[in-house]
Amino acid sequence: MSIPTDLKYTNSHEWVKPESDGTVTIGVTHHAQELLGDMVFVELPQVGRELAQKEECAVAESVKAAADVYAPISGEVIAVNSDLESEPEKINQDSYNAWLFKLKPSNAAELDGLLDATGYQTLLENEQH
Amino acid sequence: MLIFEHSRPGRRNYSQSPLTAASANKIPENLQRKAPPLLPEVSEMDTVRHYTRLSQKNFSIDTEFYPLGSCTMKYNPRACNSLAMLPQFTARHPLAPENTGQGYLACMYDLQEILKDVTGMAGVSLTPMAGAQGELIGVMMIRAYHESRGDFARNEIIVPDAAHGTNPATAVMCGFKVVEIATDKEGNVDMAALKAAVGPKTAGLMLTNPSTLGVFEKNVSEMSRMVHQAGGLLYYDGANLNAVLGKVKPGDMGFDVIHINLHKTFSTPHGGGGPGSAPVGVAERLLPFIPVPIVAHENGAYRWITEKEKPQSIGRLSAHMGNAGVLLRAYIYVRLLGMDGMHRVAEFATLNANYLMVELRKAGFEIAYPTRRASHEFIVTLKDIKDKTGVTGMNLAKRLLDKGYHAPTTYFPMLVPECLLIEPAETESKETLDGFVVAMKEILTEIQEQPDMVKGAPHNMPLRKLDDVKAARELDLSWKPEA
Repeated sequence: MSIPTDLKYTNSHEWVKPESDGTVTIGVTHHAQELLGDMVFVELPQVGRELAQKEECAVAESVKAAADVYAPISGEVIAVNSDLESEPEKINQDSYNAWLFKLKPSNAAELDGLLDATGYQTLLENEQH
Repeated sequence: MLIFEHSRPGRRNYSQSPLTAASANKIPENLQRKAPPLLPEVSEMDTVRHYTRLSQKNFSIDTEFYPLGSCTMKYNPRACNSLAMLPQFTARHPLAPENTGQGYLACMYDLQEILKDVTGMAGVSLTPMAGAQGELIGVMMIRAYHESRGDFARNEIIVPDAAHGTNPATAVMCGFKVVEIATDKEGNVDMAALKAAVGPKTAGLMLTNPSTLGVFEKNVSEMSRMVHQAGGLLYYDGANLNAVLGKVKPGDMGFDVIHINLHKTFSTPHGGGGPGSAPVGVAERLLPFIPVPIVAHENGAYRWITEKEKPQSIGRLSAHMGNAGVLLRAYIYVRLLGMDGMHRVAEFATLNANYLMVELRKAGFEIAYPTRRASHEFIVTLKDIKDKTGVTGMNLAKRLLDKGYHAPTTYFPMLVPECLLIEPAETESKETLDGFVVAMKEILTEIQEQPDMVKGAPHNMPLRKLDDVKAARELDLSWKPEA
């Protein structure tokens, strides 16, 4: 599975899509869902919540484990993908379209500190060893 | 088939039926139920057959090798059970005066003393009702200690990433921020990361040693020195005490507080959610905070020590003193073993694990930390096998059931992909271990030759592969009659 080049990534396997209106959309990567296995439950943050960068803000639970999802950058939660509450398997089927939540960044410069596709690819290769 | 599906209107099981419903007349009309309750109506014979059949489907330590080891439950010696069931124990009222319960109090006092001795701690309280409660109380004592010194700045607990999930959960429950420390390639806590994390905000470090990776933390003395120098305390998660029982004492490693899972290391019953028991041990400086009651022995008599004598105690965790029956079983277990026996537990648990590890490596399995000696458990990773054949750790675990072996722990610790955590425990014979190796070898061949068959396992069990995704998504277990 190739890593989309138009997204940014974190060490903790979230993807971040900068939108044209200045907001960002966030989900978990293909690699993350592969590690977790079949998703059974997703807990999403409340709309309106202010998140600090790296703050735990969602939970992705699979048959194997419950994994915390961290805010890749700081900002206010402006939308959540509540479809995932009844259909968590969408994360397994198409992780780069099954977004979890959208943020209005409070410090857009934090985006520059995230990994690009090449950087994320390197991270995954290092994890293999 | 569920017991409800055997139900037919009007069938009765007289030994279980209420004698009479006459007293229902005393219940006011408006409070009486209009429809009968949804209870199965089954004959005595059908009930006996139903539950006997279910018990025959059990895959348990009483029937098969069970490489979950002390992590879940060791073999429970029958003597512990029969002695703890003596009517002099079971008929004793928990509020009976001290002078009528001296025998029971003596057992509990001796258990406190033996656990102190085997862990190297200054005091032991038997009152926590389960491992998670033991942990909670341990961290509450750490907080009480810092607060008693007016030190309110310490709001961080350091937890290695290999730890059981209960460790960070406990720290958060006690109001601390969790600082996670990475593991190095050899399976030790990353010392550079620990050094960077320790400081004036450090309340304590929670450590499992041997770790969940099945290796002994090489730098435990250095870690203890670093954390103490910074003013923090050391918490010992006793989950893996079985590996070092009586041989290495947490007190000697520098730990200030420890919880001991009696249902793991001391062979008491466990499973189905309890009853657990997790005594806490403390170093000298935490003695004032220890939970009550505890048992004292003075002038030839045993008595309770309560809040009156321990005003700084963090309090009570159970109505009386823990799960009395579980504590008794552990007491009998340690008395049957003696200190020599406890040393043998650690030696044979470790020997059995290392023997299995070497034999499985010879058989072609990949060991996750090949340069390390195993403690009482070790990890096999199927990552390479999964990449090449698509067969997962879970598939192998299910196939083991077909071969007459219970599966080991799967997918924990999460640091190791496609892992099996194998713990034979001290009670297994060489023949049993060799049989397990043969089964694992057979499965390895099957993975190469018929991977799809392995993926479809189990094939010989009363139930085939279960839909664990459906089970986790649809949590409703209640039975309702068909409309």
